[in-house]
Amino acid sequence: MDSLDLKQKKINKEYQDYANSLSPKSKVFKNCMMAFIVGGLICTIGQLINNLAKIYYGMNKEEASTITSITLIFIAALLTGLGLYEKIGKRAGAGSIVPITGFSNSIVAPAMEHKREGYVLGVGAKLFSIAGPVLVYGISTSVIVGLINCFFVK
Amino acid sequence: MSKHRMGGQTLYLTQNPPKIISRASIVGKKEGEGPLAEYFDKIIEDDLWGEKSWEKAERRMFIETAELTLRKAKMEPRDINYLFGGDLLDQIVTATFAARSLGIPFYGLYGACSSMTQTMSLAAPLIDGGYADNVLCVTSSHFCSAERQFRYPLEMGVQRPPTAQWTVTGAGGVLLSSDGKGPCITHVTTGKVIDFGIKDTNYMGAAMAPAAADTIRAHFEDTGRGPNDYDLIVTGDLAKYGRKLTIDLLKKDGYDIEDRFIDCGCEIFYESQDVHAGASGCACSAVVLAGYLLRKMEDGEINRILMASTGALHSIITSQQGDSIPGIAHVVAIEKKG
Repeated sequence: MDSLDLKQKKINKEYQDYANSLSPKSKVFKNCMMAFIVGGLICTIGQLINNLAKIYYGMNKEEASTITSITLIFIAALLTGLGLYEKIGKRAGAGSIVPITGFSNSIVAPAMEHKREGYVLGVGAKLFSIAGPVLVYGISTSVIVGLINCFFVK
Repeated sequence: MSKHRMGGQTLYLTQNPPKIISRASIVGKKEGEGPLAEYFDKIIEDDLWGEKSWEKAERRMFIETAELTLRKAKMEPRDINYLFGGDLLDQIVTATFAARSLGIPFYGLYGACSSMTQTMSLAAPLIDGGYADNVLCVTSSHFCSAERQFRYPLEMGVQRPPTAQWTVTGAGGVLLSSDGKGPCITHVTTGKVIDFGIKDTNYMGAAMAPAAADTIRAHFEDTGRGPNDYDLIVTGDLAKYGRKLTIDLLKKDGYDIEDRFIDCGCEIFYESQDVHAGASGCACSAVVLAGYLLRKMEDGEINRILMASTGALHSIITSQQGDSIPGIAHVVAIEKKG
């Protein structure tokens, strides 16, 4: 029985290696460049909003940061609703997932999709189905960092 | 041993081989912009088709395909002994809800994307054995409903790897009958569940190729036939890389099918339509068979085809728990007689 398993395992391994050799690799360099350009562009827009808020509206650093986040989240949510964010995401990859706009997209997308199952069990229950892990581990990490800061750093 | 069996996995239908007397296909907009557009009966204008949800749109495609198949044969639901149907959604709700409207005695079958030949595999011997006169086989899938169930919400901005496939929006149906005119189903080879340990749900072609190769090989061994006995050998939705893998696996067994082998997943879209490796879904082999292949048989361009719809039998939960993806393929031989 064991030798048969081993034989099958060997066949499987050979097959998997061959299948993987056949599959073209994602274009890592091109994807990285696109992510860099789009991600950079989003951050530049953010900086622009930030500067405008400070210079023209006389906001302090904290207020300006808040208004920047809010604006970017709104724009990403709007683009998601118009079906444009997925088109950007297809090309930009991590460039549009990592910034705060990606977080907005990952909340609005399931909200739109699950509206048909009602506002409670659809939208309500599924809203964080994709962003949930980010929140869980993001908040957990910040608690740990906060504790370390509290006890070990003066 | 039953006198209608050949070898380990094949039925030989000799008494009253069922004829495919009617066929219909409805597809989505993107499919309607592909190379096979002219062969489909109806192309829906958008994903919702005026319904409130994608699931409801898919259901309506299923129902209308069934009705159209019957209408073309000038039959009513009461003339049909059985409806065999399948789809990709949990609890095969498209097929069951459609059957509720159609009012035909019904068996819902789940074989993932292998559903088309799975339904035909079961319908054919019922007719050959004299247990039914008319059996309707319909399967469907919908890009949006499948995407939300198996992957991400549509509006999520994610990148798809090159081996990913695009679920076909559509429904295809064939009516098998003991009586009438049309190509016959002469052999049915039932597939085994085969798993070579592929875990990547974005590389379904590789997960299903061993099953396709296994059932096609079993068909040749059971019947004593070879690739040259068919004008065309067709698989369901292995797409570009799965197709290549199947050719290579069968070459190892001594069968060279390359010159007469097509995969429905490679036929339905242009490369410029950005579907990556190709198409997939229950509807993929269903609409290509009902729309394109049977039409080619009617026109006399091809006379004998070996059709193997292929399915990946995993669920989200099994994949998340680290299980590999089991594959299956069911084969039917369709031949024009006389």
